[in-house]
Amino acid sequence: MNAETPDPAVPAPPLSKKDRMKIPRQPMPEQDPARRRTNFEEVNQGLTVMGAATEALRCLSCANPKCTSGCPVGVKVKDFVDLIVAGDFLGAAAKIREDNILPAITGRVCPQETQCEGCCILGNKFEPLGVGYLERFVADYERRTGRVGLPERPLATGKKVAIVGSGPAGLSAAGDLVRQGHAVTVFEALHAIGGVLLYGIPEFRLPKEIVRHEVDAMRMMGVEFQTNVVIGKTVTIDELMADEGYDAVFVATGAGLPKFLDVPGEHLNGVYSANEFLTRVNLMRADAFPESDEPVFDCRGRDVAVVGGGNTAMDAVRTACRLGARTSYLIYRRSEAEMPARAEELKHAKQEGIALMTLTNPVAFLGDADGFVSGVRCVRMELGEPDASGRRSPKEIPGSEFETPIQMAVIALGTSANPLVQSTTPELATTRKGYIAADPETLRTSKRGVFAGGDIVTGGATVILAMGAGRKAAASIHEYLSTGAWDAPA
Amino acid sequence: MFPIVEAEFLAPDVKRFVIEAPRVARKRKAGQFVILRLHDHGERIPLTIADSDPDRGTVTLIVQGVGKTTKLLNMLGPGDAILDLVGPLGTPSHVEAFGTVVVIGGGLGAAIAYPTAKAMKEAGNHVVSIVGARNKELVILEAEIGAISDELLVTTDDGSYARKGFVTEVLRELIESGRAIDLVLAIGPTRMMQAVAETTRPKGIKTVVSLNSLMVDGTGMCGGCRVLTTAGARFACVDGPEFDAHEIDFETLVRRNRTYLSNESESLRRFLEDPERDLDRVRESCRLEWEHPEVRAEARRS
Repeated sequence: MNAETPDPAVPAPPLSKKDRMKIPRQPMPEQDPARRRTNFEEVNQGLTVMGAATEALRCLSCANPKCTSGCPVGVKVKDFVDLIVAGDFLGAAAKIREDNILPAITGRVCPQETQCEGCCILGNKFEPLGVGYLERFVADYERRTGRVGLPERPLATGKKVAIVGSGPAGLSAAGDLVRQGHAVTVFEALHAIGGVLLYGIPEFRLPKEIVRHEVDAMRMMGVEFQTNVVIGKTVTIDELMADEGYDAVFVATGAGLPKFLDVPGEHLNGVYSANEFLTRVNLMRADAFPESDEPVFDCRGRDVAVVGGGNTAMDAVRTACRLGARTSYLIYRRSEAEMPARAEELKHAKQEGIALMTLTNPVAFLGDADGFVSGVRCVRMELGEPDASGRRSPKEIPGSEFETPIQMAVIALGTSANPLVQSTTPELATTRKGYIAADPETLRTSKRGVFAGGDIVTGGATVILAMGAGRKAAASIHEYLSTGAWDAPA
Repeated sequence: MFPIVEAEFLAPDVKRFVIEAPRVARKRKAGQFVILRLHDHGERIPLTIADSDPDRGTVTLIVQGVGKTTKLLNMLGPGDAILDLVGPLGTPSHVEAFGTVVVIGGGLGAAIAYPTAKAMKEAGNHVVSIVGARNKELVILEAEIGAISDELLVTTDDGSYARKGFVTEVLRELIESGRAIDLVLAIGPTRMMQAVAETTRPKGIKTVVSLNSLMVDGTGMCGGCRVLTTAGARFACVDGPEFDAHEIDFETLVRRNRTYLSNESESLRRFLEDPERDLDRVRESCRLEWEHPEVRAEARRS
């Protein structure tokens, strides 16, 4: 699609609210399921100019919009949608960037149905406004024009901030802090910037070119990136502050430690953590082996089982499918209704022919003579009464064990706190589960000048919640650097 | 961008590199490793740090060309640079005054054992080193290890140099001669380490091995390097690479390390057909990064 101005055939506002409500929600053009299950190209193709202009007209321009309060970083939805209606797509992108440094990414991966769109008043009677689609549209439009609306750099404050981790929380904090005039350095342990955006979320949901583009924009804003630095190993937080002159540190290392099932056979060849499987494919491009050097189990014509029901499980099972698996099973111990994955991801997975095995739990992996996984033994589950948290807990059905042949398995049960930073920074208090203890409002830790946010504080959550934490940290760090006060209330 | 400042062959296919990596050089302790990636299509591979010079800002790696990436690396020299190098990773060797420590290095393991042997000597231990290799040509670091050992025993499998036989035979003789041994550190091929573990197990001699499982990130986020121990699964990249040899399930380690055998041989075959392609990629990756000024500034600082 070319960068064009809106079609003059689109009726110009003002439209009455009634007219606006008559416009149906514009559908997201998608790659055909039969074709896309064989490639890594993006599934959602993005709204056309016409589609975006039409969708924007559906906004009722509420006097007291609820959508913004539903957004974890407070994007001024009404304002940017108004700019789309006026045909000022670049202005709309700049408006989003005031609050959200990564719109092309959040427009793709946010669970809008529970955030901005979940709060849209249209949703009471009709489909809510496609806020995510529109955000993505203007960010993509901006990228295609090559004219990123970068804010002007303010006067330097002379303060240095180190950000540990280049995932969504770190990037979001870096974007806000550099705009406040602080010198910001982002340290990343891997060889590329982006954290889970690079190694976790597959190309078919978030093209890596987009991540690179957003990172380049931040580089142009003056953010410095250092890859191949493991904080806690290559250099410690204490050294950053004492020897390298950093005035504040934001720890945003994520929750990168994979959980395993702890069942027999889990260490057979061909049994992966989702982190390993997705890192091999997304970051190391093992799908292109031998053009890329990093290998991954050859799924072609084989049967693969992914265990779990979250977005990571969906990403893994859809990746296996694209690597040529004959059958891609998704094994989940609860029912479809309890799956934590986004509805859209489950829908896409089903369209691509994923074999759902719900109310099923693996109890062992079986191996062949060479030590490769050859099957999974599962037990059927039933849901009990809701527990104190309101969730119906699954219970095994006695005598329901069965075996399914598989040649590869991926465990996607979530992650827990990686202890590297905490274990090498003695003054940093942690919770019982090893997460960093931080004040929920100020994100201050027990160590003066050190802030923490994102998954390393909350446990595994979403990209946008981590970005929200990054914004909050940036505000709190700015206040600390301006006042020097650590104990004063935020 | 990590420039290679020195490179020399120590034995056929075994090359010693001195690489600029100031931060790693400052922090590194015996027993730790780095992960490197040669070019932008490259894989990440772990290599033990054989030595470091914090004043010069360099680390020393000793590399045996066994597959595509190590053979490509061994074609590089001064003037080339390594695209990504991260570390120091892993838990440092546990070094204290144990008493008498027997350090066993098999093949390239001699290079990996050397820094820990040196640290053991500096901690006041009586160090007995056993260096083993397949043949005379493959004996490496004999002088260096000799210089930091109280006793040095060299063996070759084929008897082409020094004593004929395996390192375990020498160890068994030491044990049977009634020598008091407080700790055995064995580094080399997995089957050699397993054989050492079985030699010391009946005598209850504490034995430490440095495991060489497959790794991707090297920071504990994927579990690809997990090893089975009597206490459950452990990640070699963060909990190790050194472990109590008597707690390790070596069969699982050997089996897991065979996961990608066919991929590895395909990769190597393609590489050997046209090594220039990958050499160009190394030079291209590094040149691009070098010509990108802000990236170069970052490289200088790190």
